Amino acid sequence: MFPARIWREFPQRYRREAAICKKCGKRYFPPRLICAECGGRKFETYVLPDEATVVTFTVIRVAAQQYSDMAPYAIGIVKFDDGLQMMGQIVDCDVDKLKIGMKVRLEFRKVQSHDHHGVLSYAHKFVPKWY
Amino acid sequence: MRDVAVVGIGIMKWGELWEKSFRDIFTEAGLNAIDDAGVDHIDSLLVGCMSGGLFVGQEHIGAIMADYLGQKHIAAGRVESACASGGLAFRQAFIEVASGMSDIVMAGGVEKMTDVSGDGATYALATAADQEYEVFNGVTFPGLYAMMARIYMQKYKVTRRELSAIPFKSHQNGAKNPYAQYPFPIKIEDVENGVLVADPLHILDCSPITDGGAAVILTTVDIAKKLKKPIIKVIGSGLATDTISLHQRDNMIWLKSTELAGKKAYEMAGKKPEDIDLVEVHDCFSIAEALVTEALGFFKPGTGVKAAAEGLTALNGKLPVNTSGGLKSKGHPVGATGIGQVVEIVKQLRGTAENGRQVKKARVGMTQNMGGSGASGVVHIMEVV
Amino acid sequence: MVGIVGYGAHIPRHRIKVEEIAKVWGADAPSYKKGLLLREKSVPTPDVDTITLSVEATRNALRRAQINPKDIGAVYVGSESHPYAVKPSGTTVAEAIGAVPDCHCADFEFACKAGSEAMFVCLGLVKSGYVKYALAVGGDTSQGAPGDALEYSASAGAAAFIMGTKDVIAEVLHTHSFMTDTPDFWRREHEFYPQHGGRFTGEPAYFRTVTGAANAIMKKAKMTAKDFDYVVFHQPNGKFPLRVGEMLGFKKEQIEPGWLSPRLGNTYSGASPMGLTATLDIAKPGDLILMVSYGSGAGSDAFVWRVTDRINEVRDLAVHTTKLLDENLIYVDYGTYAKYRHKILKNK
Repeated sequence: MFPARIWREFPQRYRREAAICKKCGKRYFPPRLICAECGGRKFETYVLPDEATVVTFTVIRVAAQQYSDMAPYAIGIVKFDDGLQMMGQIVDCDVDKLKIGMKVRLEFRKVQSHDHHGVLSYAHKFVPKWY
Repeated sequence: MRDVAVVGIGIMKWGELWEKSFRDIFTEAGLNAIDDAGVDHIDSLLVGCMSGGLFVGQEHIGAIMADYLGQKHIAAGRVESACASGGLAFRQAFIEVASGMSDIVMAGGVEKMTDVSGDGATYALATAADQEYEVFNGVTFPGLYAMMARIYMQKYKVTRRELSAIPFKSHQNGAKNPYAQYPFPIKIEDVENGVLVADPLHILDCSPITDGGAAVILTTVDIAKKLKKPIIKVIGSGLATDTISLHQRDNMIWLKSTELAGKKAYEMAGKKPEDIDLVEVHDCFSIAEALVTEALGFFKPGTGVKAAAEGLTALNGKLPVNTSGGLKSKGHPVGATGIGQVVEIVKQLRGTAENGRQVKKARVGMTQNMGGSGASGVVHIMEVV
Repeated sequence: MVGIVGYGAHIPRHRIKVEEIAKVWGADAPSYKKGLLLREKSVPTPDVDTITLSVEATRNALRRAQINPKDIGAVYVGSESHPYAVKPSGTTVAEAIGAVPDCHCADFEFACKAGSEAMFVCLGLVKSGYVKYALAVGGDTSQGAPGDALEYSASAGAAAFIMGTKDVIAEVLHTHSFMTDTPDFWRREHEFYPQHGGRFTGEPAYFRTVTGAANAIMKKAKMTAKDFDYVVFHQPNGKFPLRVGEMLGFKKEQIEPGWLSPRLGNTYSGASPMGLTATLDIAKPGDLILMVSYGSGAGSDAFVWRVTDRINEVRDLAVHTTKLLDENLIYVDYGTYAKYRHKILKNK
């Protein structure tokens, strides 16, 4: 994958930078140029916390090409305390014990290797909270 | 706005068409539509296709299909809205005729999906989701709908067996459709015994990988009368969108785009859900059919699966859903699916559905075609004149 | 005062037992367990590498340091398993913690000593006043060739230290580095697994270098083994640090808190730095800690640390190293381990 495409997402993938509309307070991840609620164009950057709650999940058994080595793997949507949601893999877990409502911690992980020769893609995955 | 009618339908046997190329598939369906309409030419062609580029390395699809269809130099273009490409092509063709821009327009759809491996097809289909914030993490389409199913089943206490009623019913109907990819019935327990694709969805909850094409001819009601064809009038059309990523929706088990597209179509047609005699919906996954029938107002939120389990959506039920077999049994060549739905509704409204799957007294039919995890919804209502 | 203002570790949750590896190669597990004092080792999943371990360890260090990452003026990651042959690991770490762009950055490599090297340089930079804070990380996802003795120990983990002059947790009192050209372990370019000199890695390499550095720093500090509360050595296995401690006159109780290798394996650049994090987790204000790293090739960096009152305020702001080491573990079989470590040939 061409590196620019990976690079421009670093603020969101590395640091979980989200945006809050200065006019109406609506929050976005990833950030946007215009608020879909009030039309505001000015946003403040803030960082999403490192803990969230699972709102739904599945276990991918049949994966797309670049992920087939990882299958089966769990993937879910989590909700932060401020209401924003994020999708990501749920790792280091027993997939049979996953539950809606469980708490997870966000950990920095490698998401794609691009066939051992491309630029590595890092972002956050979810790990069941245990401490 | 001029009154618009469908005067020609063209379908072909869908499936793994090893010996047929991308262009041959569309041409076969297109010629069938031209022959059925009895027209000697078309003014314009709109082809719905999701991903010619990823499946067969071919873009610029309007031009190639017009050429191979023998329609030299006509206006032609490709329409894309993921799995709703066919429905969108139909809507654009409808607008083109209604507006007076063209008199005879073909709306077609095509996908050739078996020239890539299974994981290649999974990759191509996933491009209908948010590349950077969904697909990047390894989600697939079965995965997205599985996450919706997970919420739905927990919230509404729906059992695995109840959900299986939907593919079971699709295969009951598809067994009567000679053009279906998998025209055979299944046992209800086959669904839960099938291989898991994305928990809780098993293989028989999922529509298959399909090669196929479909085409219909739209023209004005005035021209249709001269062609001496049964006139199936398009009386309502609606298109709406939603966030491309599932996690950005406040309610992840409510298909807002389908609800809004349905409202527009109902309003334009002057119809209500109870006026609809049968509907073809986008059952890309078992759960999708339930969510769609709820969003279109046929069943209350949380009752779509139970409605199917109680037989309300069967061929002889209160509202026959997917008499063609749906995407599940008939097949899902993504770009062609929306047009395939129109073909079925026109057949039903003409009274020509094959093998005993004709719905009695079918006067008003609806199609609902959907892109992604519901980011696009296209709804049409047709009536016998 | 110059020293550590924040520290943290990270360890993958997966483990493989010595028996599981020995079974595959027909080796005698009890003799490995007794001879090298190894029980099991950490295993990185395919989505874990030196960069991800470094970021997580650094986040734990930041939780304790409670500083603005923008004040970190240098980021150094020491590892022998940097994910890229060309492209720094440190830039990703700096970007992830928000230390960019006004920051100096370099990757270090010196077999198992790269982490302590980064610590030494960071101490110098904050002492000189060139930067306000400096981040040193030692971490590895080390590889042992299938069937080689190193396969029983090569493991994964990282430790991070933020050095500064204000709110110091452990003040550095002395440092000493000792090194010679001793080729006991190496990996040539384009080779996947390292090679080593077998028993040559022992007496002339590890023991001579570690005792050389330890004796020199104790002489400099005018201290002997009994003056220290704790000592942390590089730990390529369970046995070497105990033996070198004995040679230097240390008791097992002084070594034990930072002696992680029997249940962690050898995290290479992370080994003695992680031992130091575990020791800080239990240290009291005023405690003196000797740390001696070792990197093949060969050299040792030695440090004398004095723990301050601040340890009691920051200790519990992040997870303790032994918690990561001993709790919530997932044991894998050799097949899974081989898949995770890319030891299985696949069709392209």
